[in-house]
Amino acid sequence: MKLELNLAFKNLFGARLRTLLNVLVLSFSFVIIIFLNSIMDGWDQQAQKDSIEWEFGNGHLINENFDPLDPYTILDGHGKIPEKSIGLTPILDRQAFIYPQGRMISIVLKGISSEQTILKLPTKILKESKEEFPVIIGKRLAESTKLNKGDRVQVRWRDNKGTYDANTLSIVEVFDSNVPNIDNGKIWIDINKLWEMTNLDNEASYFIVDDRFENPKLSSWNFKSQFALLKSLKDLINQKKTSQSIVYGLLLAIALLAIFDTQILSIFRRQKEIGTYIALGMTRLKVVRLFTIEGSVYSILALLVGSLYGVPFFIYMSKAGFPIPPADQKMGIALADVIYPVYGIKLILLTILTVIISATIVSYLPARKIAKLNPVLALKGKKQ
Amino acid sequence: MKKEPIIQVKNASKSYPIAGKEFMALKQIDLSLNEGEFAGIVGPSGSGKTTLLNIIGSLDKPSQGDTFVLNKDIKALSHKEAASLRNFHIGFIFQVFNLLPVYTVFENVEFALLLQNNSAKQRREAVMRALKWVGLTAHADKRPDKLSGGESQRVAIARAMVKTPKIVLADEPTANLDSENAHEILKTMKKLNQELGTTFLFSTHDEKVMGYLDRTIHLRDGRIEKDVKNKL
Repeated sequence: MKLELNLAFKNLFGARLRTLLNVLVLSFSFVIIIFLNSIMDGWDQQAQKDSIEWEFGNGHLINENFDPLDPYTILDGHGKIPEKSIGLTPILDRQAFIYPQGRMISIVLKGISSEQTILKLPTKILKESKEEFPVIIGKRLAESTKLNKGDRVQVRWRDNKGTYDANTLSIVEVFDSNVPNIDNGKIWIDINKLWEMTNLDNEASYFIVDDRFENPKLSSWNFKSQFALLKSLKDLINQKKTSQSIVYGLLLAIALLAIFDTQILSIFRRQKEIGTYIALGMTRLKVVRLFTIEGSVYSILALLVGSLYGVPFFIYMSKAGFPIPPADQKMGIALADVIYPVYGIKLILLTILTVIISATIVSYLPARKIAKLNPVLALKGKKQ
Repeated sequence: MKKEPIIQVKNASKSYPIAGKEFMALKQIDLSLNEGEFAGIVGPSGSGKTTLLNIIGSLDKPSQGDTFVLNKDIKALSHKEAASLRNFHIGFIFQVFNLLPVYTVFENVEFALLLQNNSAKQRREAVMRALKWVGLTAHADKRPDKLSGGESQRVAIARAMVKTPKIVLADEPTANLDSENAHEILKTMKKLNQELGTTFLFSTHDEKVMGYLDRTIHLRDGRIEKDVKNKL
């Protein structure tokens, strides 16, 4: 094997331009595959971090009648806060309507303690405000309703008896979050104020749990762990990764096709050389191995060349990040303005292994033909 | 003392399918060569010289009959055994040199020894010795494309001789050389034959070569026409 490896390197360095072209194409695939995957991993990490910090905390303890994905459960999906409620931040959801610029928009009023620290929501401002009904909204709702910080808007809601009531909300802050779920159609208000507005004193639709929560069995409340809450996000990212793998599959295929083509051409054009190897005492198996290794060495050289321009590029991108167009950020999933790629060891090793193994396979396939060549005709350079 | 035959061809024939018909390249050849001979198979193009040389060199097998080289039955050898026979005991010299273009002169000559797994020191000594035999020590680092035809063929001789084989098979070794270079090459090979006792078998229709041969085997239409011992 050492001999074949040694010869393969000599042959490839001797072939100069042919080697350079193949190595460049393959190195480009290396860099692109690692970069695309690192963007996905960066998105994955950023989306999970943001979702935990802005929405999930350490998990949710949800009223048995409340389904966050079903608006029909908002009305009855609430219950009294359990007595043993260590590590729980209550959230009460109520349906309401706001009337910005004469339009009627359905929203969810979300009551939350203004002293909470489990979520990154700037709720402290609700306590500090002198307004009668201070609320905070996200930038997406602000944009869609044309509401800004300092604006007032009419709100209409129903209390626990079903009676409509109305008042004026004051927007005291517009927060910027990458998590659309806590923003689109949501208005955050102090839970004490919401209890007062709805006569649902000491009631919650669900709780954000923190690390003090020990998950005791509480009747009427179901615990959903952070892992379970993140599952749909992970599933979405994995699905995206799968569809993106088609892109780098194509890229890799182009690079491998170049190697395959070179191998076919090599075996066709280097018949005399193959015949000479056999005449000098090389077994056919060794010649097959030599040509296969030559193809594999492309991937090793591509790895080295790719590192030369890829590593500085990766370092630059990890600092500068990958900007996401505003249109993409309205997709309804946690997506930052800028995604910072994450280069994991697993990702890099897997990419290297994939490229080396595929390069070896596409090199071996045409090289098998050598085993069937007639050395006498090969020595004469006759095409077989 | 009678010398043992190093090559024995017994009633060997070789046929190829050409355009749906069997073409007989060799017909019932009987031939025996002793160790240390400097012999040539002579005949016009298409007489079967190269085919016979290829069979003796274990690159091909006879369709009928037997061929023994160093007491090994060529017909019975596996690919691996044939490769081993060529690697250790048979040197080849080709009409168009067949040097490996991306290797230097040194590396071309070294190639056979790499296959034998010799140590770097042994290889270096053997290669430099072989290059000295052919007068090319100063060209060790050159690539084949920087050499003249005569120099290239001398590299090919060094490559064939570096492993000190029992047999060297030379297929039209002077066909691509001018007269002066051809004589130089032949003198070199004759000297190696005399000093090392290596058996040389040529295929040629070059009269210059014939002048150096101890024995001339005339081949015509796949048959041995005559087998002449020359007095030099």
